[in-house]
Amino acid sequence: MGSSDKSASKGSGKSASQVLILSLMQVWAWVFLACLVLIFIVAVPIISGSSVSFLSVRNSQNILVAITPVLLLGLGQTFVIISGGIDLSVGWVMSFASVISALALRAAYDSGLPLWIAVLAGLITAIIGCGAIGLFNGVIIAKLKVPPFIVTLGTSFIVRGMALLMSENTTVIGLPSGVRDYGNESLMYYIRGEGGGMYFFTKPEVTVDLLRKMDRIITYPVLMTALVVAIAIYVLRRTKFGRYTYAIGGNQVAATRAGVPVESHIIKLYVLASVTAGIAGFLSMLRFTAGSAVIGDPLLLSSIAAVIIGGVSLFGGSGSIVGTVIGALIIAVLTTGLVMLNVPSFWQFIVVGAVVILAVLIDQTRDIIKAKIGTG
Amino acid sequence: MEKPPILSIRNLTKNFGGLVAVDNVDLDIYPGEVLALLGDNGAGKSTLIKCVSGVHSHNSGSITFQGEEVRFSSPIDARNRGIETIYQDLALANNLDVASNVFLGREKEKKYLGGLVRSLDDEFMRDCSAEALKSLHVELPSLRSPIETLSGGQRQAVAIARAVYWDAGLMIMDEPTNNLGVPEQKKVLELINTLRERGVPVILISHNLPDVFAVADRLAVMHRGRKVTEKKISETNSEEVVQYMVGALDDTRETEMAG
Ligand SMILES: Nc1ncnc2c1ncn2[C@@H]1O[C@H](COP(=O)(O)OP(=O)(O)O)[C@@H](O)[C@H]1O
Ligand SMILES: [Mg+2]
Repeated sequence: MGSSDKSASKGSGKSASQVLILSLMQVWAWVFLACLVLIFIVAVPIISGSSVSFLSVRNSQNILVAITPVLLLGLGQTFVIISGGIDLSVGWVMSFASVISALALRAAYDSGLPLWIAVLAGLITAIIGCGAIGLFNGVIIAKLKVPPFIVTLGTSFIVRGMALLMSENTTVIGLPSGVRDYGNESLMYYIRGEGGGMYFFTKPEVTVDLLRKMDRIITYPVLMTALVVAIAIYVLRRTKFGRYTYAIGGNQVAATRAGVPVESHIIKLYVLASVTAGIAGFLSMLRFTAGSAVIGDPLLLSSIAAVIIGGVSLFGGSGSIVGTVIGALIIAVLTTGLVMLNVPSFWQFIVVGAVVILAVLIDQTRDIIKAKIGTG
Repeated sequence: MEKPPILSIRNLTKNFGGLVAVDNVDLDIYPGEVLALLGDNGAGKSTLIKCVSGVHSHNSGSITFQGEEVRFSSPIDARNRGIETIYQDLALANNLDVASNVFLGREKEKKYLGGLVRSLDDEFMRDCSAEALKSLHVELPSLRSPIETLSGGQRQAVAIARAVYWDAGLMIMDEPTNNLGVPEQKKVLELINTLRERGVPVILISHNLPDVFAVADRLAVMHRGRKVTEKKISETNSEEVVQYMVGALDDTRETEMAG
C-alpha cells in the first residue's frame, strides 16, 4: 500500500529537463569522448595544415597500442576500487613483471627451448611473480586489517627495489629478435595507396616503399588486452565474483553477515590487480624487446585517472569496466590529439588533470540531483 | 500444554572485556509467536540477539535451536540453519538491487561447460524475489534499481522478503521501525503479522511500546544485561513495562527479597 503510491508521487517530481540532464550526466563520458574525437578530426588537418587525419588507421592503432598498459593497470584497479580499496603498487608491479619476464624468456631461450615456449615462460613468470605480490598485499589488507593505501604504498617501494635489483639497475636486453614479432605484429595489415590493400594474419612480403605505408591493425598486445577486457567485463557483471566485489564496496559488514567470504575475496582482488599489472609488464616487454624497471611507474597515476574518469567511485560500490575503457580512451585521445596539434607536452598533463576533477564534479552533482529528486 | 520452544537460551553470558553486556539470561521462544525484547539503550538487547545470530560467540550458557544445542561460528552459519536477522545497523548492500540483496551470499548460478564457466542467474533471482515480495503484499517501484533509491520501510520489506524466501525458522528484527515514518512503521508491523500468520516466530526488539503492544504476544525486558521480567502482553501494560525498563521493577530482585 504505502510504498507504491509514495513512489508515484516521486516519479511526478521529476521534470523532463531534469531527467534529460541526469541521463546526460550518466553518459557524459561517452559524449565527451565523442566530442573530443570530433574536435580533433576537424582541428588536426586545419591547424597542422596537412592532410593528416586524426582517425586514420595508423593513428587509431597508435592510440590503441598506447592505452593497453594504462587499461590493463586500470582493470584490476577498477575491481579493487569498487570493493572500496586501492592498489598503489601496480605501477612498479608492472615494471617488475617486465624485468622478470624478460629474464625468464632470455634464460629459457638460451637454454635451447623454442621461442614460443620461452615467451610462454615469460608470461607465466610474470603472472606467478606478480600474483605472489598481490597475495602479499591481499593477506596484509584482509587479515591484518592494514589500510590498502598504506600496504600498497609500502609494497610499491619494495617491488621497486626488487625490480631494480633484478634488472641490475639497467635495461634487460639480449632477448631473441623474434620477440619483436610477438609484441608488434598484428592480426591485419593495411597498405595505403597503389599496390596496397588488406592482408590477414600474415605479414605481406612487399617492397620497402610499400612497407612504409603499411599499418598494423590490432597488434597482438592489443588483442590480448581486448581479451582480458572482455573477460573482466563478464566477470564483473555476470559472476558471483563481480557481485561480491560490489557488495563489499557497498557494505562490508552486510556482505560478511550475508555470508560473502569477504577476506578471501579481498585477497583475490589484490591478486587480480597485480596479475593484470603483470600482464601489462609482460606485453610491454614484448613490445620493446626488453625488460625495463622504470616502464610502469609513470602509468600508475594515468591508470587511476582512467578509472576515475570512467566513473568508479573512490568510496567503493560503483563503477564499471566499460567506464574505465572510456576513461583510458579519453586520456589517450586527448594526449594524442594534443601532440598532433603541436601543443607542448606539459599541456597534456594539465588537461588530463582538469578532466579528472571535472569527472568527479559531474558524478557528485549527478548524485546530489538524484538524491534531491529521490526525496523531493 | 505448550509445544516445545523453537529457541531456548539458558544462562547466556557475553562480556566485552570487563563489561558484562549480557548477564545470565534465560529466554524461550515458541512456534508462531512474536516475542518483544525491550530495554533501555545499552541494556544488551542487540548483543543478546547477535549471540543467537552468529555475530558474537557467547562466553557461557547455551543456545538450543529446534531441539539441538548450537554455537554458530558466523552469521551465515546461523542463516543456513534458518535464523534470519534484520540488524539494527541494516544488513543490506545499498548499492545492489533487490534480488542481489535477497540472494547475497547464496546466489543462484547457471553453469556452462560442466561448471567451468558460471554466470549469475539474475532472471531466476529476480523472479523469486518478486514472488517473495508479492506474498508479503509489498510493491516496489523497481526491482532493478539499487536499494538506496528505496525508502527505509521498503528496505525493511526487502530484508523481510529475504527471510521469507529462505524459509526462516526464526526471524530476529532489531528495531525494524527505527527511523521510519509512521505509515512505513505500520507497514512493517503488518509484515510482522504476516510472518506470524505463516507460523514464523519473531523476536522483535523495539523501543516503541505501542508497536510492541500492537503486534507482540509476549515481552521480555532487559536491564543492564539481565532479563528483569517476561510477561504475556495481555497481562501487562505500558506503565508497568516502563517501570521494568528503567529498573524500578525487577522480578529477579523481588524473588531474592522474597526468598
Ligand atoms: N562490539 C562491542 N564491543 C564492546 N562493547 C560493546 C559491543 N557491542 C555492544 N557493546 C556494549 O554492550 C552493551 C550493550 O549494548 P547493546 O547490546 O548494543 O545494547 P542495546 O541493543 O540494548 O541498546 C553496551 O554497553 C555497549 O556499549
Ligand atoms: Mg541495539
